[in-house]
Amino acid sequence: MRLSRLSRATLGIVTAVILVAVYVPLVVVLVNSFSTSTSLTWPPPGFTFEWWVRAFQSAGAIEAVTTSVQVAIIATVISLVLGTLISLALQRFDFFGRDAISLLVILPIALPGIITGIALNNFFRTIMGVPLSIWTVVIAHATFCIVTVFNNVIARLRRQGTNLEEASADLGAGVWTTFRLVTFPQLRSALLAGGLLAFALSFDEIIVTTFTAGSGVTTLPIFILNNMFRPNQAPIVSVIAVVLVLVSIIPIYIAQRLSGSEQQHR
Amino acid sequence: MTTNAPTRHPLPARRAGFARKGSAFLATHPRARLAFLLTAPLFWLVVVYVVALALLLVTAFWSVDSFTGEITTEWTMDNIITVLTGSLYQTVTLRTLGVALAVTIVDVLLALPIAFYMAKVASPRMQRILVILVLTPLWASYLVKAYAWRSVLSQDGILEWLVSPFGGHTPGYGLPATIITLSYLWLPYVILPIYAGLERVPDSLLEASGDLGGRAWPTIRLVVFPLVLPAIIAGTIFSFSLSLGDYITVNIVGGASQMLGNLVYTNVGAANNLPLASAIALIPIVIIFGYLFLVRRTGALDNL
Repeated sequence: MRLSRLSRATLGIVTAVILVAVYVPLVVVLVNSFSTSTSLTWPPPGFTFEWWVRAFQSAGAIEAVTTSVQVAIIATVISLVLGTLISLALQRFDFFGRDAISLLVILPIALPGIITGIALNNFFRTIMGVPLSIWTVVIAHATFCIVTVFNNVIARLRRQGTNLEEASADLGAGVWTTFRLVTFPQLRSALLAGGLLAFALSFDEIIVTTFTAGSGVTTLPIFILNNMFRPNQAPIVSVIAVVLVLVSIIPIYIAQRLSGSEQQHR
Repeated sequence: MTTNAPTRHPLPARRAGFARKGSAFLATHPRARLAFLLTAPLFWLVVVYVVALALLLVTAFWSVDSFTGEITTEWTMDNIITVLTGSLYQTVTLRTLGVALAVTIVDVLLALPIAFYMAKVASPRMQRILVILVLTPLWASYLVKAYAWRSVLSQDGILEWLVSPFGGHTPGYGLPATIITLSYLWLPYVILPIYAGLERVPDSLLEASGDLGGRAWPTIRLVVFPLVLPAIIAGTIFSFSLSLGDYITVNIVGGASQMLGNLVYTNVGAANNLPLASAIALIPIVIIFGYLFLVRRTGALDNL
């Protein structure tokens, strides 16, 4: 197949138009964070830095960020451990029920968040009689984060094969030593990529969080939802959004560097 | 790859400790190795998730005592009958299905050209930039993106400002706004699996098709499309399933429209009727399992 110059150009233009449309709403948020209007009128009637100053002094926002980071870190660590174990099991072994387990890993993100949310809400409150807290949020988040780690690690395992591990065993290394010195170093960048995704997924999750968070637990998305419709708080929400997008460039850059350096090695 | 790792790290001296014994046992018993790997994650997924889902199903057959507000654990079909026969639930189910289908179609139509351009036309450098451009919006908060569309679509928003000189108008808040916003939110989730699927189609196949006289369109239809179909379906699982359960976007840009998620949310919160909420939640569960069952044979689940 040889694409004509015209169809290449058309594809390029379509891609560019879609990407512009993807970024326009984000730019609108950026502009609104400097706007004197609290009702998001366009074009902005005037410019101010007031919201930026207020956002960095907002105790509620800072506390919400702290809570979200804590939840996301613990959920990511749990999902890294569980996701690695399960991908090793599914990739290195063939056993009855293997397909069922791989479906089970995907299910928490394949089913709508509201189902996971209400199932866990019902499980904690009605069945177990456990009050909702920050830990119920962590458990819920870890459950749907497993799949991102699983996807990254199993793809890596599939590609690297078992030759090196067999060589290590033949040379007398035990199971733990082989994992520590052979398997783990090969998985490191896949774990970082999966962990970053899990962190991002947890950090941004709102639906499951609403159903599993105790009354005093305010993650950043809950804070944003609570403040979005308050006229004096809405521009602060815009500021938080801009900061989040800017901060997110760092992990994306790391992930890209990782996959880039791997391609050069091969 | 660090193939020289064993030479840099000398093997630890053999100890007759617990770890050594465990290692020897695991090395000779693959089943034990499998059990060691599977126990913790399976315990977590089964106890936290499968049991919770099963109990959700059970709760749908219980009821709420109208005096105390406590859940009574007597079996009743009332909730299921209410959900199946109530005209409200039928209307909302159809509306939610319609929105989810529309969002999925819009996303696939937008994702195909952009994924194809990324995977097969762009230079490696451009490719990397495009992946970053597609991924970055994922990190912006879901809520803020929905809110951004609320301001874009509002009566004095940027869309009205852009199209009113040409006699156009913003659709305002309602189902069209919900479809636009949900398509926007899930677009990267649809682009990425399709892009990954296209990346796996070897260029040599396209060249072979070209050498055999295949023009661009027949090649795409007969060679590329069958190979990436599982990846496309994987993408649709995301957009379809995420749209089916959404209730926050519809709150922000949907005006007064309700989706299934809103009914569930109201019954968990304000109405405090978990059994009825569970019964309503069974609708999307059945729909999604039906969809997963339909696409199971295409291999789409391996592309998620």
